[in-house]
Amino acid sequence: MPGLSKKKDTGKEIKDADQDKGLFQRLQQGLLKTRSTFTGRLDRLFLGKKEITDDLLEELEEILFTSDIGVTTTQELIDSVQEKVVRKELKDPEKLKDALRDHILSFLKVTEVPHPVPEPGEPLVILVIGVNGVGKTTTIGKAAQRFRMEGKQVMLVAADTFRAAAVEQLVVWGERVEAEVIRQKTGADPSAVVFDGLTAAISRKIDVVFIDTAGRLHTKTNLMEELSKIHRVAGRKLPGAPHEAWLVLDATTGQNAISQVEMFNKALGLSHIILTKLDGTAKGGIVVGILQQFKIPVKYIGIGEKLDDLRPFNAEDFVQAIFD
Amino acid sequence: MFESLTEKLNSTFKKITGRGRLSETNVRDALKEVRLALLEADVNYKVVKKLVEDIRERAVGQEVLQSLTPGQQIIKIVNEELIRLMGGAKKGLELLGRTPHSLMLVGLQGSGKTTTAAKLARCLLKQGRKPYLIPADVYRPAAIDQLEKLGAQIDVPVYPTDPALKPEEICLDALSKAGGEGADLLLIDTAGRLHIDEALMAELVRIKKEIRPGEILLVADAMTGQDAVNVAKNFNDSLDITGVILSKMEGDARGGAALSIKAVTGKPIKFIGVGEKMDALEPFYPDRMASQILGMGDVLSLVEKAQAEFDEKEARKLEKKLKKNEFDLEDFQSQLRQMKKLGSLEQILGMLPGTGQMKNLKQLKPDEKELIKVEAIINSMTREERKNYKIINGSRRQRIARGSGNRVQDVNRLLKNFTQTKKMMEHISKRGFANMESFFR
Ligand SMILES: Nc1nc2c(ncn2[C@@H]2O[C@H](COP(=O)(O)OP(=O)(O)O)[C@@H](O)[C@H]2O)c(=O)[nH]1
Ligand SMILES: [Mg+2]
Repeated sequence: MPGLSKKKDTGKEIKDADQDKGLFQRLQQGLLKTRSTFTGRLDRLFLGKKEITDDLLEELEEILFTSDIGVTTTQELIDSVQEKVVRKELKDPEKLKDALRDHILSFLKVTEVPHPVPEPGEPLVILVIGVNGVGKTTTIGKAAQRFRMEGKQVMLVAADTFRAAAVEQLVVWGERVEAEVIRQKTGADPSAVVFDGLTAAISRKIDVVFIDTAGRLHTKTNLMEELSKIHRVAGRKLPGAPHEAWLVLDATTGQNAISQVEMFNKALGLSHIILTKLDGTAKGGIVVGILQQFKIPVKYIGIGEKLDDLRPFNAEDFVQAIFD
Repeated sequence: MFESLTEKLNSTFKKITGRGRLSETNVRDALKEVRLALLEADVNYKVVKKLVEDIRERAVGQEVLQSLTPGQQIIKIVNEELIRLMGGAKKGLELLGRTPHSLMLVGLQGSGKTTTAAKLARCLLKQGRKPYLIPADVYRPAAIDQLEKLGAQIDVPVYPTDPALKPEEICLDALSKAGGEGADLLLIDTAGRLHIDEALMAELVRIKKEIRPGEILLVADAMTGQDAVNVAKNFNDSLDITGVILSKMEGDARGGAALSIKAVTGKPIKFIGVGEKMDALEPFYPDRMASQILGMGDVLSLVEKAQAEFDEKEARKLEKKLKKNEFDLEDFQSQLRQMKKLGSLEQILGMLPGTGQMKNLKQLKPDEKELIKVEAIINSMTREERKNYKIINGSRRQRIARGSGNRVQDVNRLLKNFTQTKKMMEHISKRGFANMESFFR
């Protein structure tokens, strides 16, 4: 990163402490010392600063990187503010913060992806997909609850016929939100379950149908093909369905999330992203570059395992949290 | 990004023609690219920073191997450094003392604990152990059910957990019933939890206190980003984990989290999960992980080949000496240095079939301090002594000890190690690696 590498590594003081200690121990100490920068970062950074220095930019860069914003996007963000500094458009550190914030926000403001809507009297069908363990089933439970609160009739389709007790897990959520769960045996063809589900939903005049799918790595072509088939079968049963395809991303995930979005989007076209597990310490910065590149909006964020732990995504709050 | 790392390094070095040593400037330029590559691979920012600094120190002034370009030489150094950081320590499970033993799996939600518990059970069953699966996740819907089904699938008994009980009570009761089940190893599947959830972290500490498990393994998702350091640090601080299992390694994640986690905890990565099937659990190989993080298997094999050619020349020289029974203390010293470079003897031997169960290998592994001592001692010897160790009598030993600032016992031990190694080398040169076990008894 031009202009940024001048600062001497702060690792020096760590080294002096004890030559004999292993690298890892030294690293640990270093991490301990800098731990305060992991939290409450930006304001401390700017406190009392009168000038924009390379050091300041490097610390900004650290905030962006440690939020999982990634190399390309971080470089783009830093380069843009740096340019403004060089052109003397930016002198005040406080303004720098705002400029950066605005820049990230501009990436996050994404309009709806065009997607079909159900005909009057037909159910809205939402297909929920993602890699293993990101929170698909839990998200369905929580999202179903939101629709239930609006007085909608919800049905859950247990199309994860692979993972042990995945069906039972969805059944528990069905009980919690008072939604019927359509299921077959473990090992059944997921498309067949989806066909059953939509048939039942249409005849019972259900408002919203969630299809829970097995977690799969986006690199497994046969499993991605299985998803496309589910998609096709749904459309055959009910033209336009599934109307929405939600990709669930775990906020703890690093750069691999880009590859996930790319492959799932290629397989069946995503309408929304759900970002889960933001109740931890991960910032989920990976979505900044993802939204910039793929223009798929984040619909909800997951902030826990309880029924009401799903919130609409708010870009301003999200950026704020990156700098907190 | 990664194909282009090599390209970038090569173009960075294009300006430098000929061979010679790596200079400060060209190392700096190259390391800029390396830094970005590591960040792109999800290695934590701080960890990268420290790593790059260490690599810089190592690289500047280094001679470029004859068959390598400077760019490849840098990659070689980076690769070696990554392997070194992720390697060390033994990888297998360490379950000692009286049975039943217990092993506890901990980690964030969705990291893959339940599946891993069953995979481990299957693997241990194959090794003749009698595992007992304990579902201690009373929170997530159908988590108990999930482990019961997996247990049935692999024919391993599962403790019938009463979700109304506290996890520590469940574990204690399971421990008391293990004998009756004919089990000698409890595998405890705990609920996923956030590392900042104090109440739930305290629960794990209680289980640990009651059960005193021989192994506490952190299951972490290979796709984890920068937060891996925080997660690993908190789990390790609370529980003093004994190792790590990286799950979901079969995808296209670079897996930089492996490096971050090892860096903050110092604990070995013992296994990797490579699929949803019950047999998809493998030992962890630092070298494979390093090339995955760097995303450059091809380049590395090229580099390895060059290295191998170089090593082969050395090996042939050594072989000649061995045949003529000329292996002396100077060769011993250079072997020790070589081992340090290549990773431990344990690791090298571990790759050969049939050597996996060899004991006592640890004693042969030189540690850094030991190596410095050995160097000092050998340096205090005369050329004659180095060529022919048999002339080193009591008074010579005393002189050498004094000269090198060591005790006579240290000199004695070194000579004993040397003669042992000499014997081993001669054995290998005559009979290859077969029957090596007899040597270590
Ligand atoms: N802390 C936290 N945990 C979550 C969140 N969403 C899901 N989980 C947990 O993550 C784990 C995996 O979720 P699950 O829905 O089974 O994932 P799936 O495999 O994608 O269906 C479960 O333990 C969930 O309770 C969230 O927003 N925050
Ligand atoms: Mg699920």
